[in-house]
Formats: sequence, C-alpha cells, structure tokens
Amino acid sequence: MTRSGLVEEPFSDPEQQRRAALFGMTIFLATEILLFGGIFAALIFYQAAHREIFVETSRELHIWIATGNTVVLLTSSLFAALAVAAAKAGNGKATGWLLGVTAALGLAFLGLKGWEYALEYGEGLLPLAGGDAKLGEPGKRLFMDLYLMATGLHAVHVTIGVCLLLFIAARIATRATRMPEQATTIEVSTLYWHLIDVIWVFLFPALYLVR
Amino acid sequence: MRSELRPLALVYLGLLALLALTVAGSFLPLGHASPAVSFGIAMAKALLIVWFFMGFRREGWAVRLAVLAGLVWLTILLSLTLLDLLTRNWLMPHFGT
Amino acid sequence: MSETVTGRGGSEEASREETVNETQSERVSYLRAGHTLRSWFFTTDHKRIALLYLISVTFFFFIGGMAAGLMRTDLLTPQGDVLSNEGYNRAFTLHGVIMVWFFLIPSIPNVFGNFLIPLMIGARDLAFPRLNLLSWYIYWIGGLFTLWVLLAGGVDTGWTFYTPLSSMFANGNVVMAAAAVFVVGFSSILTGLNFIVTIHTLRAPGMTWGRLPLFVWSHYATSVILVLATPVLTVTLALIVAERLFGLGIFDPALGGDPLLYQHLFWFYSHPAVYIMVLPAMAVVSELVAAAARKPVFGYWFIVFSSLGIAAVGFLVWAHHMFVSGMSMYVGAVFSFLSLVVAVPSGIKVYNWTATLWKGHISLDPPFLFAMGFIGLFVVGGLTGLILAMLALDVHVHDTYFVVAHFHYIMVGGTVSAFFGALHFWWPKMTGRMFSIGWGRLTALFIFFGFNMTFFPQFILGYLGMPRRYHVYDPQFQVLHVLSSAGSTILGFAYLFPFAYLLYALRYGKPSGDNPWEATGLEWTVPSPPPKHNFDEIPVVTREPYDYEVEKEGGA
Ligand code: HEM
Ligand SMILES: [Cu+2]
Repeated sequence: MTRSGLVEEPFSDPEQQRRAALFGMTIFLATEILLFGGIFAALIFYQAAHREIFVETSRELHIWIATGNTVVLLTSSLFAALAVAAAKAGNGKATGWLLGVTAALGLAFLGLKGWEYALEYGEGLLPLAGGDAKLGEPGKRLFMDLYLMATGLHAVHVTIGVCLLLFIAARIATRATRMPEQATTIEVSTLYWHLIDVIWVFLFPALYLVR
Repeated sequence: MRSELRPLALVYLGLLALLALTVAGSFLPLGHASPAVSFGIAMAKALLIVWFFMGFRREGWAVRLAVLAGLVWLTILLSLTLLDLLTRNWLMPHFGT
Repeated sequence: MSETVTGRGGSEEASREETVNETQSERVSYLRAGHTLRSWFFTTDHKRIALLYLISVTFFFFIGGMAAGLMRTDLLTPQGDVLSNEGYNRAFTLHGVIMVWFFLIPSIPNVFGNFLIPLMIGARDLAFPRLNLLSWYIYWIGGLFTLWVLLAGGVDTGWTFYTPLSSMFANGNVVMAAAAVFVVGFSSILTGLNFIVTIHTLRAPGMTWGRLPLFVWSHYATSVILVLATPVLTVTLALIVAERLFGLGIFDPALGGDPLLYQHLFWFYSHPAVYIMVLPAMAVVSELVAAAARKPVFGYWFIVFSSLGIAAVGFLVWAHHMFVSGMSMYVGAVFSFLSLVVAVPSGIKVYNWTATLWKGHISLDPPFLFAMGFIGLFVVGGLTGLILAMLALDVHVHDTYFVVAHFHYIMVGGTVSAFFGALHFWWPKMTGRMFSIGWGRLTALFIFFGFNMTFFPQFILGYLGMPRRYHVYDPQFQVLHVLSSAGSTILGFAYLFPFAYLLYALRYGKPSGDNPWEATGLEWTVPSPPPKHNFDEIPVVTREPYDYEVEKEGGA
C-alpha cells in the first residue's frame, strides 16, 4: 500500500497512514473469515447430518502428511513474525531473507499438499475424473467434494500469499522498498499470511480429525 | 529484534505442543466430545497466532474489532444454520425433508 | 457567495463545444482538471470515480429496465405472446441480476457515497484512492460478463440461483452469470472496506463521531454489511460453479447434500443485501428531510443507532425467505419473530423523519418531493414486509405477486426514489449547474404515480393468488395486469425525463452557487463543482450537524 516512504495523498502523517493500512487489511481478513465461513458452514452442517460416513472417510485421509503440513505452516508464521520484528528494527537484509524463508515454507506446503492429492488420486479417493474409484458411496463423495473445495481454496490463498511475499522480498533486495520506513508493508502482508495459517488451523481438525 | 525472538519462539513451541495434543486426542475414544476438543484446541492456536504473531496485543480496538466481527458473524451463520438441521424433525418426525 | 462569471469568455473552450459560459469555480474544478480520456479512466479522484459509476449504473439501470419492459408487455394478455416460456424466465432472471447487483447495490454508495463521504468529513479523498478505481474496474469486469450472458442467450434460474435448478437442470449460461456476480462482489467488498477505513481515519479535526452527518453514519452501516455479507455469497457461487463445472456436488441431494443449505448461505447474504440497498437510501433521505424542513434532524442518535441496529439485526432474519421450503418450523418461528424485530429500527427512522418535518417550512423543491415519496412508499413496503414475516400469513402469499410488490415498494419506490432525490439534491454540487425546478417537480410526481399504478395492483394480484415468475395466467387477473403494465409505461417515461433536463442543465443551466438549497454540511462550503483536492485547507469543525437556524415566526 505504501509505494514510497512518503505520506501519500489523502493522509497527513505516517501514523495515520499506517493505521489506515493495518485497519484496511484486518477488514479484509474479516471478509476472508466469512469466505471460508461458507465452507465451514457446509462442513459442520453435513458433519451433523452424516456423521458416521464422514468419520469413516476422514480416517482414510493422510493425517501424517497433514500434520507435517501444519508444522510447516506454523513455522512459516514464526518466520513471518520475525520478519516484522526485523523490519521494524530497520534490518532490511534480514527482513528480505526471513520473508524468503516464509515463502519457501509456503511452497513446501503446496508441494506436500500436491503429493497428498496425488496419493489420494491413486487410491481412488479424489473426486476428479479417473481418481474417484472408491467414492461410490454418496456420503463419502460429499465429504471428499468438500475436502477438495476447502483445501483447493486454501491452496489458492497460499499461492497468492507466496507470490506476495516473494514480490516484497524482491523489492527489498533491489532496495525499492526500504526498512524501517516501509515496515508497514511487511506488517500488512504478513497479516494476510498469518490468516492463511489460522484458516488451516481450523481446516485441519474439520477435515482430518473428524471423529 | 533480539528481544522479540524469545517470546515468539515460545509461542511457536506452544503451537507445536497444541498440535501434538490435538492429533493425539483424535486417537482417543472421546466420542461426541471429540469435535469440541479439537475445535477448542484450534481456537487456542488461533488466539496465539492472532495475539502474538499478528501483533494484535499491541494494536488498537478498531483492528481487533474488525476480526472479532468476522468471527461473531461467522458464529451467527453457523449456529442458526445448524439449528435448522438439528430441529427439523424434532417432535414431528419427517415433517420436513 | 458564489463567484459566477457569466461572460462569454473562453472562446477556445466554446469552439470545442464545452459550455456556453464558465464560472470561476468551474475553471478550477475537478471536472476541468485534465481533459484526456486517460485523466478519467486512470483517475484516483473520488469525485471522478463517482461520475464514472454514475454513468455505469445508469447504463445498467436501462438494460435492466428494458427487460422489465419486455415482461410487462408480455403480461398484458393471459397468454405468453411476446416471449417464449424460456424467454420469459431469462428476462426476469437478467432483470433481477442486473438490477440487484449492477444497479441497486452500487447505486447510491458508489455514486453519492463516493462523491460525498470525503467532502462531508473534510478529507481530500477516500483512504485508498487506487482501490477505489480498482473497484470500478472490477465492477465493469463483472458487468462485461453480464453483458456476455445477455448476448449469449441469458440464464434462467432467477436471481436467486437456487439449487438444484442452477446446478443440475438449468440450461442457460449459469456459470457465466454466477461469475459475473462473483466478480462484482469484490467491487462491493473493496468499496465497503474503503468507506470504513476512511470514516475511521480521515475525519477532519473536530469532526467527532457525534458530528458526522447521518449520510455518513448510514453508509458506515452499509459498509459493515457489504464487508461481512458479500464473502458468503462469493463462496456460495463458487460452490455452484464447482458443482456445475467439475461435478463437485455439494448441494446435490443424490449425495446427501441439502439444497436448503444453499438457501441458507444465499439468504445469509441476500437478506442483509436488501439492507445494503435501502440503508444508503435512508442516508440520503435523512439529509434531504433536514434540508427540506430547515430544522435539525429529530433524534440524531436514534437514527444513528437504528442504522447500526439494522446492520446487525439484519443478519438474523434471513430464513424468512424459507418458511415454506421444508426448513425446521421451530427455526421458522424464531426467524419470524426476529423479522418482526428488525422492523423496529426502520420504524424509528420513519418517526424521526416525520418529527423532523413537523412544523417545518417544508420546501417542495424536487429533491424533497423524492424524499417524501420515499417515506410513503417505504412505509408501505415495510408494513407488507411485516405481513410476509408472519409465518402463517406467508404460507398464503409466498411466491406470489404480493412478494414482488413488497420488495419493489422498498427497492424501487424507496431506493430508486432516493437515488433520484440524491441526484437532484447534489447535481448542482457535482456539476455546478441548476436544472429546471419545474421539470424536476413534474418528474417526481410522475414517478410517484407511475410507481403506485404499477405496483399497487400487484399486491392485490398476489393476494388473489397470482404466482410470481409466470407469464401465462388465469384470465381473471388480466385487468390488474393491464393496469400494472400501463403504470409501468408512465414510470418508464418518467425515468427518462431527468436525462433530458439534467443534461440540458449541464450546458444551459444557471450556475448554482455553492449552496443552492441553503443546507448545512461541509460539502456545501466548498465551491460547486468542488476543486480537485476538495479543500484548500482541511477545515476544522466546530459546529454540530444540522445546525439550521430554526425560524421562530409563523409556524405551520
Ligand atoms: C421491514 C423489514 C422487512 C421485513 C420484515 C421483510 C420481510 C420479507 C419477507 C418475510 C419476505 C419473504 C416473502 C416470501 O418469499 O414469501 C421478503 C421478501 C423480500 N424482501 Fe423484504 N422485508 C423487509 C424489508 C425489506 C427491504 C428493506 C428490502 C429491500 C431493500 C426487501 C426486499 C425483499 C426482497 C427482494 C424479497 C424477495 C426476494 C425473492 O424471493 O426474490 N425487504 N421480505
Ligand atoms: Cu429478507
């Protein structure tokens, strides 16, 4: 949001501008909560309606890959938080590296997720043409449809987040973005990253730990 | 920056512990309490992330309220929708679908 | 107080057919700050973006209106002789989709909210000017999708996209139409976000929360709904598209899915969305009523909290659209009760407006006639809403013309009237020119009578049992249908009048001066049209809102 270190048009001082940027981002996060909210509503609604088959299907998912993936995302969030601390301390170089690591962990998440999809496809669990051999039972298919929508939408968000972080890291590397004058940029973009993490924290039990 | 490292690392360890707890809990025969347990742990993890990683402990009320509003409205959506499902055949079986 | 230079100066301008004469304020206004297309299409000035939106929503208003015209023509006779069954379904679907998402929702917020909020709170622009422009582009991407659907033969699901019709059976361009609404939702979200942040962070010194014009408060409430409701629609449409395109059945009964879940998600958005459409209209009317009566509004805080109350309680009533759907009847009873509750804040507003007008010297200039029209029609719409909200009564009139009349009274009688009221009230501010007051009054009257003639018969039709969304009907209904179609002709022409005299005023109208209606509010302290940066110096606010000097002598 802050292109130059200067205060931009409608604002009169940097603090006002920072507050506006952070507030704008948190409102956006609220919209993201409700976006995934629609999917959570479906998950909870159908879990109440078709409990047994949902538990059974959930047990067939790769819980250990997902647990590993949770660790990956939580770790990435730690690095994102460290990046903000570095940015505020004016250490541009460290900020860039920490953001890079965060993004790399995001890519690792996507890689693991892709591997998991591939395994499921092979097992006939993925509701895509050719990969749905074992989804004859209606409730099972319903669960996996939801699973694919939820994780797919989440993966799209991770991808956007990775691009965003890499973009900022690159701008820091080329000195187009400077610390600590533009630490707000880091704060705002990592807020988005943390939210992706939080959503996963809820998706994980809602999909993998249905008991 | 150094001064931030310690608290953040501690929060991180806490998050990992909660993760271990929730995965372990899913193998216990908790029955109908299981969703409540795993959801409660998720809530605790989310709070840690929001409060410390996202730095909400330092921000003003407007920012907190924005995210809180998202959560409250989500609760409205979930609870009233679920209420329909749970009471649909209540006392009068097969009145609805 | 206005410095009007009425010489025939600026001959080089005249040769480019700009204006006959140009006032001093116009010369330095936002309208003259750059003449290239680029200066318009890449502008970040909230006032220019407001005008871009004005042109855009007007365009869609007429497309949606044409679909309505087709339907009303077809309904003149009990047989379907203008449109095929399929064609009729497509006409009402496009009418609904365009009017709801491409006219009503963006209309007042994106045109007048955009133009006025910064002026009213003493800011130079919205908090995120580039997001503001982006939101207009996103609106148009959605708009182009819609036009594409139109040209590709339409879509026949109704604006509600109910499953399993939309996901499994409909054979129109459902995916494309859903994509259009999906996209335009992001434009809504960005606008709402921008307004909230602006109102929080950019108020001028002294512009405390208690001094905010009610227009701003009401837009604040609207923005809260925009931000919290729209994402749920977004994801719901995504689920339909996934079901249609990739076979990921989420609402498919064959898999154990539940179409009622779709309805819950849809109405969780769409009932609050009706308040997105009406709260900005209330925002306008609060300003107009005070200016018409030349009195401070009665019960400022009551109006503020009723706006916020509507924004909150409006989220608790959605399932009144599902009373006869097979949903739990216990939940039906709860929603019936909550729906009656939500009428309370609306009622409070009506009382406050009336009390404001009480014993005022009420001006009958065009904007105020529109405002009065709004109040009357909104009351009818709201009261019939109460009838619909009662579980037992709704069983009788659900899915009939009664419902159609109910929501048109609010959305067309109410919101569209307020839109025209706002257009007439702030036109001099936006363009610097005054239009013909006589024509304005005439239009307001024609719209009021045309509207009632169109929609009042529909209450009776519905009560007698005429179902909505049918174009072949029992001959006993014909008289009322003909009456309605005749009224819609009057209404349609009345909507065209302002086109003529407002555009005429652009060139030949008298310069309006800074404050033609002698209203209060910061927007009337700057020149008309305002300069590019609104305020040379950010004002310091020391006065309460609506501090009209109440005239003592000669009450009503
Ligand atoms: C005073 C508060 C209101 C109440 C209690 C109320 C109640 C209702 C009820 C119960 C229905 C469902 C009728 C049925 O389908 O059988 C309904 C439909 C509708 N109302 Fe209202 N309403 C209110 C205000 C509004 C407002 C302010 C608007 C718009 C700005 C609005 C727009 C609509 C629309 C569009 C529908 C029909 C949706 C459809 O099925 O296509 N209502 N209203
Ligand atoms: Cu409603």
